[in-house]
Amino acid sequence: MTERVGIITFPGSLDDSDAARAVARAGGEPVRLWHADHDLRGVDAVILPGGFSYGDYLRCGAIARFAPVMRELVPAARAGLPVLGICNGFQILCEAHLLPGALTRNAGLRFIDRDVRLRIETTATPWTRGFSTGQEITVVLKSGEGAYVADPATLAALAAGGQVVARYSGGNPNGSAGDIAGVCNEAGNVVGLMPHPEHAIDPLTGPGTDGLGFFTSALRAMAGQ
Amino acid sequence: MSPVDGASVSPVDGTPVSPGDGALVSRVDTVARAAATPGQPQPHAELGLTDAEYARIRELLGRRPTDSELAIYSVMWSEHCSYKSSKVHLRQFAEKAPSTRALLAGIGQNAGVVDIGQGYAVTFKIESHNHPSYVEPFQGAATGVGGIVRDILAMGARPVAVMDALRFGPADAPDTRRVLPGVVGGISFYGNCLGLPNIGGELAFDPCYAGNPLVNALCVGVMRHEDLKLAAARGTGNAVILLGSGTGPDGIGGASVLASATFGGSESAKRPSVQVGDPFMEKLLIECCLELYAAGLVVGIQDLGAAGVSCATAELAAGGGVGMRIRLEAVPLRDPALGPAEILMSESQERMMAIVEPGDIDRFLEICARWDVPATVIGEVTDGGMLEMTWHGEQVVDILPASAADDGPVYRRPAARPAGQDQLAASDPSALPRPAAGAELRAALLALLASPGLADKTWVTEQYDRHVRGDTVLAMPQDAGAIRVDERTHLGVALATDGNGRYSRLDPYAGAQLALAEAYRNVAAAGAVPLAVTNCLNFGSPEDPAVMWQFTEAVRGLADACATLGVPVTGGNVSFYNQTAAVPIHPTPVVGVLGVHQDVRRRLTIGFAQDGDTVLLLGRTADELGGSAWAQVMHGHLGGRPPAVDLAAERALAAVLTAAASGGLLSAAHDLSDGGLAIALAECCLAGGRGCRVTLPGDAFTLLFSESAARAVVAVRPGSEAAFAALRDTHGVPAATLGVTGGASLDVRASPAASASPKASANFVVPLDELADVHRATLPALFG
Repeated sequence: MTERVGIITFPGSLDDSDAARAVARAGGEPVRLWHADHDLRGVDAVILPGGFSYGDYLRCGAIARFAPVMRELVPAARAGLPVLGICNGFQILCEAHLLPGALTRNAGLRFIDRDVRLRIETTATPWTRGFSTGQEITVVLKSGEGAYVADPATLAALAAGGQVVARYSGGNPNGSAGDIAGVCNEAGNVVGLMPHPEHAIDPLTGPGTDGLGFFTSALRAMAGQ
Repeated sequence: MSPVDGASVSPVDGTPVSPGDGALVSRVDTVARAAATPGQPQPHAELGLTDAEYARIRELLGRRPTDSELAIYSVMWSEHCSYKSSKVHLRQFAEKAPSTRALLAGIGQNAGVVDIGQGYAVTFKIESHNHPSYVEPFQGAATGVGGIVRDILAMGARPVAVMDALRFGPADAPDTRRVLPGVVGGISFYGNCLGLPNIGGELAFDPCYAGNPLVNALCVGVMRHEDLKLAAARGTGNAVILLGSGTGPDGIGGASVLASATFGGSESAKRPSVQVGDPFMEKLLIECCLELYAAGLVVGIQDLGAAGVSCATAELAAGGGVGMRIRLEAVPLRDPALGPAEILMSESQERMMAIVEPGDIDRFLEICARWDVPATVIGEVTDGGMLEMTWHGEQVVDILPASAADDGPVYRRPAARPAGQDQLAASDPSALPRPAAGAELRAALLALLASPGLADKTWVTEQYDRHVRGDTVLAMPQDAGAIRVDERTHLGVALATDGNGRYSRLDPYAGAQLALAEAYRNVAAAGAVPLAVTNCLNFGSPEDPAVMWQFTEAVRGLADACATLGVPVTGGNVSFYNQTAAVPIHPTPVVGVLGVHQDVRRRLTIGFAQDGDTVLLLGRTADELGGSAWAQVMHGHLGGRPPAVDLAAERALAAVLTAAASGGLLSAAHDLSDGGLAIALAECCLAGGRGCRVTLPGDAFTLLFSESAARAVVAVRPGSEAAFAALRDTHGVPAATLGVTGGASLDVRASPAASASPKASANFVVPLDELADVHRATLPALFG
C-alpha cells in the first residue's frame, strides 16, 4: 500500500507542487489539502510547503496558522502525525506553537537563493531516519526571513534534547542562531526545515538528489520499516 | 437595474445611491452637458494631448469630449498605449516576417504565441518599466514584473518564468546605489512572492543610463493550444466582470504623462505616483484565472495595465467588434473619493477584465470567492457598437471603442542621421594602445573581469528564486534560461535576452541585428533551436530627429535580420523618452529569443565539466574592437564600427551547436560576446570550477579581446572530435583548436609562430582562485 502524504495549499503557497513531486519521486502518493477545509483526508503525514502564505502580511506564517485546516493539523501533530514544514511551512509551525523559536529577517536583509551544505544532527525523526548522524548533504536555501532565533534557554534545551535536526555547515548563510537550519518538537514527529529538500531531488533541476532522503525516510517510517 | 449587479462580492457595489449623493452626481460632466457646453475649456494639454489631437477627438465625437472621454483618449492615445510614433515602422516586423507555422498569435495581442509541438504553445513578451523604476525603484520594478505576468496570463497561459534585462548608470555613482538595489529588491519581492522562477537576464552599466535606467521584464507562459484566449468581447448580454484588486488613485495619469514625458527640470510636476504592487493578490489572480479557464467560464479576457479600465473596455469591445455598457460606480474602489475620469485612468495593479456568459456568472464568482479574489459585474456586452459608460445613471462616455483602441493618431516623425555620427565612426579604436606582453594581457583580462558589467552577478541573481516550480533546467550565469515544459517527454524552452547600447550607438541598424544575433546564439549555445523573437525598444525622444533616425534604423535592422534568420517577431514594446533634458540614452534595442529543447536533458552549460576535453573556438575572429568592453573598460572609449554582422554565419553556428547538443558531442558551450574570448574562457573555467590550457592561434590581443560575432567556445567530449568536425564541415563553421580542459588555472599561451618577439612572451597564467576572487568581489563591494 502506498503511503499518502498530504500537502497543504494556503493562499500564496508556492512550492506545493514541488513538494508533491518530491513525495511522488520518493514513492508516496501526494494528496492535496486545502487551507479552508476542516479535513486532512486521512493522510499518513503532512507537508506544509514553502511560499508566501497570505503574502507574508503581518508576519510570515502568522495568518496561515489560523486557517481551518490547521485546527485539524495541530491536534493530529500533537498525537504523533509526521509533519514537515519547509521554509514558510516552518514559519507556520512556529507560529502555531508546534515548534519552538521563530524565523526572522536574514542577517543580510536580502532574500537569498543558493545551494547550502547541511549537517544532519539527528536521525530520530521520521523525516531524517534514512540519513546518518553527521551526514552532510546539499540542498537549496531560498528565503528572506530564514534566520532562526530562540531565547538562550530554548536553544540550550533544543541542543540537549536532540531537537536540532540540521545545521548549516561551511558558513551560516542567514544569521541563524547556532547555525540551525531545522528543528523538531520533543516527540520528533514535527520537523521544520528552512532550506528546501524538495528542490534537491534531481540533478537536472537542482543541486542533486540529497533532498529525497527526507521523503523516503518518512515513507519508510509510515510503512513501519 | 440589471439583476447581475447584485452578484458582486465587493462591499462597495450594491450600495444604493442615496439622495445625499445628488451633489456628487450633479458635478459629473455628462454627455448631455458636453453637448450643451461646447466652449468649456478642457485640460487636454495637461493630459498630454496636443491641440491637434484634441481637435481630432472633437471631430470624432461631433462635440467636446466629457471629462471621462477625455481621460480615455488621453491614456489610449498616449505614446505608451498607441505607439503613435513607432507604428509606421513596427509594421516591418509583420511585413518582413519569415513564413512560419509556429505562430499561433502574433503582434497586436497581449503577447505572441508560439507552437512548440506536442500540443503545447508558449507565449512570451518583454516590456519596459523604465520611468517608474527611476522614480521609485522598488515599486517601479515590482509592478513591471506584475504587468508583464498579467499579459501572459491574459493569453490563457500559466506564467512559468521571468527574466530581467537591467541597465543602470555608472556602478559607482551615488544614484545607482539608490536605483539598483531598489530595482533588484522590487523584482525579488514581486517575482519571488508570485512563485515564478527568475531564470536570467542582463545587467549592464553605462553613464548614458544614469538618469534613465532601463528595467525590461520578460515573462514566459505555457498552455495547451486549445487554451489560447484572445482579448475580444463577444456575445450580446454577456457580463463584463472586473476581478482582482480594488481601484485606487495609483498612477493616475501615469500612462499618458509619466511614461511619455521627458525627465528634465521643469517636468518634475508631471511625475505622479508610481503604482504599488500586491504580489499576493497577483498570485491569487493567476491561480483563479487558470481555474476559470479550465472550467470554460471565460469568453474573453484582458489584463488591466497602463490605462486600466479605459484600455480593457475599449480593447475588448474593439477586439470583438461589439459595444459595451459599463456602470462605473460598480467598480470597487480603494478610495471612495475617485470620480469616473479617475477610475478610467487609474493604473491600480492586479486587475483583470473578463467577458462571461450570463449563465456562468454564479460559477465564475464562486471560483473567485474560493481564491479570495474580489470580482464584480460592472457591465455587459451590447450590440449597439458603442462604448457607453454611466456614473450613477448619468451617461459620461459614449464613443466608438475603435476610435480609442485602434484609430489613435499616427505620426511619421522626421528622422535625420545625427550630426557627429560620422565622427563617431571615424574615432576608431585601432589608435588605442594595446597590450602585447603576457603581464599586460593578464592585467587587461582581470580588469575586464572585475568591471561591473562583466563581474559575477550573484549579488543580484541570488536575490531571485530560480528554483520554484521545479522545472528550471538552466538559469544564470548560463547563456540562456531554460524551463522544462513536460516532465514526461522532456520538452522544454530556452530564452535569452541581449542588447548592446554601445554597438547600437555606433550603428543602430547593425546594433539591433547584433542584439538579435547574440540572443539567437545564446539560445543555440544552450542547445535549443531558436524559434521566435520579442523585443523592447528603448530610445530617447521621438520628437528628436536624431533619435528617430536611430529608431528607424534599429527597427529596419531587426526586421531584416529576423527575416534572414527565419525567426518572427511575435510582439514587444517601445519605450521612448528615455532621456535626461536633451541627452538621450544610447539606442538600446533589447531582443529576447525563444528556443525549443526537444530534450532538456541534452541542454548545454557553460562550465568546463571534465578534464581532458578539447577546447575549440568556433567562428572567425577579426580585429573588431569598436564598442568593445576592452575599449570601454581600459580606455573609456566609444567609437569606430561595431563588429560586422554575418547572419549566415550565425545560422550555421546555431545549427552546429544545436545538432551537437542533441548528439551529445559537447561537454560545454559558451557564446562569445562582451569581452570576447578572454571573458568567455574565464567564465567557462569559473562555472565549471576547472581550468584549461590554451594556445592562441594568432595575435594574442585580437584573439582574446575582439568581439567578432558568430563565435562560441566549446569543449568536445573525448571520442566525439571526428563527429563534431564532420558536423562543422557540413555547416561550414570554421574552428581553431585552442587546447584542453583541466588544471587549476587559466593557462594562456601565444602561438610561437605569431609572437613577434620571443622575448616579449604573451603567455600568462591566472589561478582559478584569483580569477574567482576578482570576478566575485566587484558587486558586493559596490552594493554591500
